[in-house]
Amino acid sequence: MVNENLVKDVVKEPYKYGFVTDIETEKIEKGLNEDIIKLISQKKEEPEFLLDFRLKAFKKWQKMKEPNWAALGYKKIDYQDIIYYSAPKQKEKISSLDEVDPKLLETFDKLGIPLTEQKKLTNVAVDAVFDSVSIATTFREELAEHGVIFCSISEAVKNHADLIEKYLGTVVPASDNYFAALNSAVFSDGSFVYIPKGVTCPMDLSSYFRINSGDSGQFERTLIIAEESSSVSYLEGCTAPMFDTNTLHAAVVELVALDDASIKYSTVQNWYAGDEEGVGGIFNFVTKRGKCLGKRSKISWSQVETGSAITWKYPSCLLLGEESVGEFYSVALTNNLQQADTGTKMIHIGPKTKSTIVSKGISAGNSKNSYRGLVKMGTKATGSRNYSQCDSMLIGDQASANTFPYIKSQQPNSEIEHEASTCRISEDQLFYLQSRGIEFEEAVSMMVSGFCRDVFNQLPMEFAAEADKLLALKLEGSVG
Amino acid sequence: MQNKMKESDPILEVENLSASTDNLPILKGVSLSVYPGEIHAIMGRNGCGKSTLSKIIAGHPSYNITNGDIKFLGENINSLEPEERSQSGIFLGFQYPIEIPGVSNLEFLRVSTNARRKFLNKEELDTFDFEELVKEKLEIVKMDHAFLSRSVNQGFSGGEKKRNEILQMALLEPKIAILDETDSGLDIDALRIVASGIKKISNAQTGIILITHYQRLLDEIKPNYVHVMSDGQIIKTGESDLALELEEKGYEWTDNFIKKT
Repeated sequence: MVNENLVKDVVKEPYKYGFVTDIETEKIEKGLNEDIIKLISQKKEEPEFLLDFRLKAFKKWQKMKEPNWAALGYKKIDYQDIIYYSAPKQKEKISSLDEVDPKLLETFDKLGIPLTEQKKLTNVAVDAVFDSVSIATTFREELAEHGVIFCSISEAVKNHADLIEKYLGTVVPASDNYFAALNSAVFSDGSFVYIPKGVTCPMDLSSYFRINSGDSGQFERTLIIAEESSSVSYLEGCTAPMFDTNTLHAAVVELVALDDASIKYSTVQNWYAGDEEGVGGIFNFVTKRGKCLGKRSKISWSQVETGSAITWKYPSCLLLGEESVGEFYSVALTNNLQQADTGTKMIHIGPKTKSTIVSKGISAGNSKNSYRGLVKMGTKATGSRNYSQCDSMLIGDQASANTFPYIKSQQPNSEIEHEASTCRISEDQLFYLQSRGIEFEEAVSMMVSGFCRDVFNQLPMEFAAEADKLLALKLEGSVG
Repeated sequence: MQNKMKESDPILEVENLSASTDNLPILKGVSLSVYPGEIHAIMGRNGCGKSTLSKIIAGHPSYNITNGDIKFLGENINSLEPEERSQSGIFLGFQYPIEIPGVSNLEFLRVSTNARRKFLNKEELDTFDFEELVKEKLEIVKMDHAFLSRSVNQGFSGGEKKRNEILQMALLEPKIAILDETDSGLDIDALRIVASGIKKISNAQTGIILITHYQRLLDEIKPNYVHVMSDGQIIKTGESDLALELEEKGYEWTDNFIKKT
């Protein structure tokens, strides 16, 4: 049809974050073996238990096979051809932001994440991670007054080793899967959050992950612990420069919510997606999981996935505590030759647990976008309920969308409800909007926004606006 | 072509228009002029090209104009985008209004109205001012405010969809409105509401083209001219009594005209 070409033009994506920061970096040699792991641990001055954790994970990883069940096709990753530690050269110990290399501050400025005292965002605390290390964390003192700990995980290892030892790997064990094992062996930095009993975190917390080097992988690790009756909203953003090689990103995120605690975790993922021919882009293999350990605890994942050449990601909830609640709200937009296999797992273990899944996949160009989700009701999950809704939207006639819902119930006294739909932005819909004076691009954007509305409503306010803009940007282009 | 003397310039002139889709000719030389204040009815069997004519005037991308011109207020609009045609005052009321899930009707109507207002160099309306305007227009089609918070046409009954079309017409205040079988699928009450809505919106400066199969809409809105289409051509033009004659004698009667021409 005539309009198909126009649709293709409209979804052309300009990537605004593709620049490289020219900065001296300290890199270790390529490859992965026990010595490399010891070297990473040594550089980070880690305690013995953590080196043990890493080495055990490495042993497990060596025995594991890279999973191939996802609906993804990509060239084999050579794990010996990756640099596992890369950090901008800085003074040994940085006591204040003034000592951070201005080039780094400038980089984050350009990404819209100003870090300096004068310019920093007022309503959100930021942990900025550049390649393998955390550069700065804002509002630390203010948060400390409330007993909230927000710092890089490397610092937490030094200053809060007890919490790390108690919780690290308890939600995502090192043996969980191939990429989690790899991360457990080589993770470099990431964020750590601890919200004490009864505290509502006074501001949103946010981590911004920036990959700068083309030949090193990024393996960040995030751990969030919400004690009894506490709550926190955490946001995560990611970008990377445009390289014509693929960069591996294998992160692990663990969340723990105790009695009556709630964690809201929102992601806007905009890693470099590769060019129109599918050259370059991030391979994004991420394990995110939350444990609703306490009664009436709640973990809510919202994600807007627009970047990466490959996305393999299933933010999940283990619902152990009675009446605990898990939520997953997702928008995944793929274009050109991007591939996404993403979804969630809701594992109902405790009684009267509740989960909601709302997934919106948008595929344009020649991309492949799959929802994969598991809802499981364990033997003790009496009176538990799940509601899933998975919608796919196709733009153009070359894109594909799949839905793979897995349902396992061992508890007859529980309810699982699944709805799925697929739609296409039709020429008739576009013509209808156009014939009412609405320009072609705006018409596409209106329909995509409308399609995602249920998910955007779940995002924190400032993030929702960003997500809407990001989608519009992805859909921006010249109309024929 | 009407042979009466006209005092003003035509709003719309379709001149010897031929068009095709997928290389299949649909229109084969249609000519039609609409002057301010006129109501034209186009009748004809299914597949005669009535709907195609309306879509081509509105700029549907699936059709190629192979010959002839469409002029709006004296300007050739053959190559204008559909949104430009709408903004400048051409309105197409759809036979089957399209459902657009997730897009709120209110927001859709506001964006659409503002696109037209911008063209007219009128101030664009914010949500509050638009609420005021739309409330007033809802009266015309006797629609409930609740329609506005739903997704565009989604889950609307046939009659509700058609009334939503007339609501859009009322908001956009077009120079010319082409209403493609707006009467089909309406019960008698809905038909009256729609017809009286059309009458309220139209005036001495606007033109209307009613595409219809039935006399009953023309009982409510009396056309100045009736055109009969067959196989991509207008084969007969007359005054309103032609519709009555057609109702009585059926389209078979018009087949004679084709043989003559």
